[in-house]
Amino acid sequence: MQEALRFRPVDAEPIDHADIVVKARQLRRGSDAAARGLSLTIRGLRKSFGDNEVLRGIDLHIPAGQFVAIVGRSGCGKSTLLRLIAGLEAPTAGSIGFGEQPRAQDVRVMFQEPRLLPWARVLSNVEVGLGRERSSADAQARAEHALVEVGLGDKRTQWPSVLSGGQKQRVALARALVSRPRVLAFDEPLGALDALTRISMQQLLERVWRDQGFTAILVTHDVAEAVALADRVLVIEDGRIARDVTVDLPRPRRRGSAELAALEGEILKHLLEGSDDTSDL
Amino acid sequence: MSLIDSLPRVGAPKLPKADGLIPWIVPLAIILIWQLACVTGFVPSRVLPAPTDVALAGWKLLLSGELVRNIWVSFWRASIGFLIGGGIGFAFGLANGLSQLSAKLTDTTLQMVRNIPHLALIPLVILWFGIDESAKLFLVALGVFFPIYLNTLHGIRTVDPQLIEMGRIYGMTDGELFRRVIFPGALPSIFVGLRFALGIMWLTLIVAETIAASSGLGYMAMQAREFMLIDVVVLSILIYALLGKLADSASRALERLTLAWHPAFQQK
Repeated sequence: MQEALRFRPVDAEPIDHADIVVKARQLRRGSDAAARGLSLTIRGLRKSFGDNEVLRGIDLHIPAGQFVAIVGRSGCGKSTLLRLIAGLEAPTAGSIGFGEQPRAQDVRVMFQEPRLLPWARVLSNVEVGLGRERSSADAQARAEHALVEVGLGDKRTQWPSVLSGGQKQRVALARALVSRPRVLAFDEPLGALDALTRISMQQLLERVWRDQGFTAILVTHDVAEAVALADRVLVIEDGRIARDVTVDLPRPRRRGSAELAALEGEILKHLLEGSDDTSDL
Repeated sequence: MSLIDSLPRVGAPKLPKADGLIPWIVPLAIILIWQLACVTGFVPSRVLPAPTDVALAGWKLLLSGELVRNIWVSFWRASIGFLIGGGIGFAFGLANGLSQLSAKLTDTTLQMVRNIPHLALIPLVILWFGIDESAKLFLVALGVFFPIYLNTLHGIRTVDPQLIEMGRIYGMTDGELFRRVIFPGALPSIFVGLRFALGIMWLTLIVAETIAASSGLGYMAMQAREFMLIDVVVLSILIYALLGKLADSASRALERLTLAWHPAFQQK
């Protein structure tokens, strides 16, 4: 048990145990995949909306190819952190640096809503993900390949309105994957799905992450999902990283295993204690 | 209407040929009852001529070429006025939907003008243009301007901001964003404006032609009234109904073509 739980102080040196785990995993995956992810270093990150300070100084290093889950109660700033990483908002103070200067299509976001264009067929929706490479000769072939990757190759001529919620989200995933991003940020992408669809989507996310080796940042309110998927779980509280938990369990992880449950319980306990604190205020 | 039509029918057998005829059952029944009422003398022919008399009057006018000429003149006025007014309305709708500055500059003025009933301008328009073509075109253009303007503006303003954000994230240029996200998103609303405008187009034209014209369907009806040709008056009114239906069918066909993605227009 203690092997699996490794809490460490937030201000630890960026290079640490997690890095080694990821590197070993990447070696197993092959160097091609290892070259794909981008590392991420965040220093003194702050973000305010008017008088409301949402992020109050985040320092974080994410090694290339790591799968990081960010959990926290609603309003803790986890989605803001993701939007800052994805470049959708500008920080008030501090910096976000990538291992190398990313091109626009290297960082992609997947939202809770699929955000598909209802007036474009599934394949055209995936082609949107190619960004500026949309007009290249192999655009359609790449989009088709991405659709096959998420298991929807046969839906390419459908309108989004005839797809189920899970299928729409898979199209959104294909759109995010088609440009072969090196950082993929997920903002509660499975939040609106039913329990069974969620589990198969989690397996799909894990599979494409292992295949493509991008750096994955998953914001979720579901702690079970976080510990099942991530190498590392960050607990955000009051705009700061309250806990940084390494999940050192072999993959594929068995749902409902004792280790996962213990880890989940540990993090949940922390979150709930936090809520007791605020109820005293 | 179209939404209910497109709902999947459970259990009802598909009769594609009969389906197309169903909408015409009621108009045909009305004509039949009308004919019966006239033949039996229940309705005197001075009040309402029988459909057969109206058809006969239509045939005579058709042979003399008067009918075709008047329909053509009215159709031409309607189309040109519609294109001018609709085009300007669409342009303002786009500009004010896309640019805050443009909206601030012009929207208040347009909203004030909108509240003037455009038919109230007829005396002024006659003073300005006399009774020649430009008077009718001006009124039609003014009438169709507002439904197109308002609905284009509304359509653009209500495009899902999440989709616009998505488009920006995926590196769409402003042009691409308009072509692939904003315009298709605004299209259903633009079509609502189009269909409103078509109705207003006929209404305006007929009123204008009735009051001040020397040709066209409205003029034909007024002339017939002078000579107590009630069958021609009724004929003109029926032709308005048919032309209105034609315009509506054309816009619906265009809708089906361009909104095939919309659940309301999908045929299983």
